[in-house]
Amino acid sequence: MSERPHIRVELMSNPVYLSGARELVSSVARRLGFDDLDCSKIALAVDEALCNVIRHGYNRKTDRPIWIALWPVDEDADGNPDGIRIVIEDEAKQVDPDKMKGRELADVRPGGLGVHIIREVMDEARYERREGDGMRLTLIKRAPKPADAPRIAPGARSTRSATPSRR
Amino acid sequence: MHDSDAMPINSETRDGAVILSPVGDVDMAHSPSLRSALRSAQEGKPPRLVVNLTDVRYMDSSGLATLVESMRSAKNARTSMVLCGMNPKVKAIFEIARLDQFFTVVDDLDQALTV
Repeated sequence: MSERPHIRVELMSNPVYLSGARELVSSVARRLGFDDLDCSKIALAVDEALCNVIRHGYNRKTDRPIWIALWPVDEDADGNPDGIRIVIEDEAKQVDPDKMKGRELADVRPGGLGVHIIREVMDEARYERREGDGMRLTLIKRAPKPADAPRIAPGARSTRSATPSRR
Repeated sequence: MHDSDAMPINSETRDGAVILSPVGDVDMAHSPSLRSALRSAQEGKPPRLVVNLTDVRYMDSSGLATLVESMRSAKNARTSMVLCGMNPKVKAIFEIARLDQFFTVVDDLDQALTV
C-alpha cells in the first residue's frame, strides 16, 4: 500500500452497525460531489458487501472484524477528487474471486442479489484474497462532472494508484 | 448485543385489506421484523395486503428478499399484494434488481386500496 486511507474504520460483524457504515459512506460520498441518489446507491453497495461478509464469510457471527477504508479518487488535470474508492477487508474464509458473481435476475427468488447490486452500482468491483487470510473488495465509483459539483479541499487529494495497506 | 432489533411496523385493516407500514430502514438488522409481520398478516389470508413504504427511507437486498418471499406466499393464497409510497432511493433498488415489474407498485395508499 502506497498511501494511508483518508478514513479507516473497524466494525464488528453485527448487522446493527450497518446503518452507521451507510451513514459514513454516504456522507463522504456527498462531500466528494455525488448527489443524494448516488450517495444512497454507493451506501447500498457497501451495505450489500458487508452483509455478504457477515452472512457468508462469517456465517452470521457477530463479533468478527470488518475494515472499511475510503479514499477520494483523483482523475482530472487539476487533481480534483473525481470519485470514491472504498476497500472492505475481512478475516473470513477465502473464496475464489472468480466465483463472486451475482445470480441470474430472471430467476426471481429471495436472496443472492448482493453481488449483482454491487456490480450494477459501482464502476469497478474487484474481489481478491488478502495475503494470509480473509478477502478484500475494492470498489470505485466515479463522480459525475457538473461544473458546480462540490469538491473536497485540495489537501484531501489522493493518487489513483494507491492501494490499501495490510493491517 | 443482538444482531437484529425490532422495527416499528404499524398494522391496520381497512375494508378487508391488511395494511403494514414499516418505519425506518429495512436492512439485514430489521428485515426479520418485517418478515415476521408479513407472515402474521398472511395467516388470515386477507384478500389484499398492502405494504406501505412511505416511512421507509432505505431498503437493501434483505428487504427485497423478504418482499419476494411474501409475494410468493400471497400468490399461493390468492392475496393481492401491493406496494406503495416508495421514495426514489427505495425505488432505485427495485429497479437495480429488476424487480419493479415483479410487484404491483403504486404511488400512495389510496391507490393501493383500489388498484
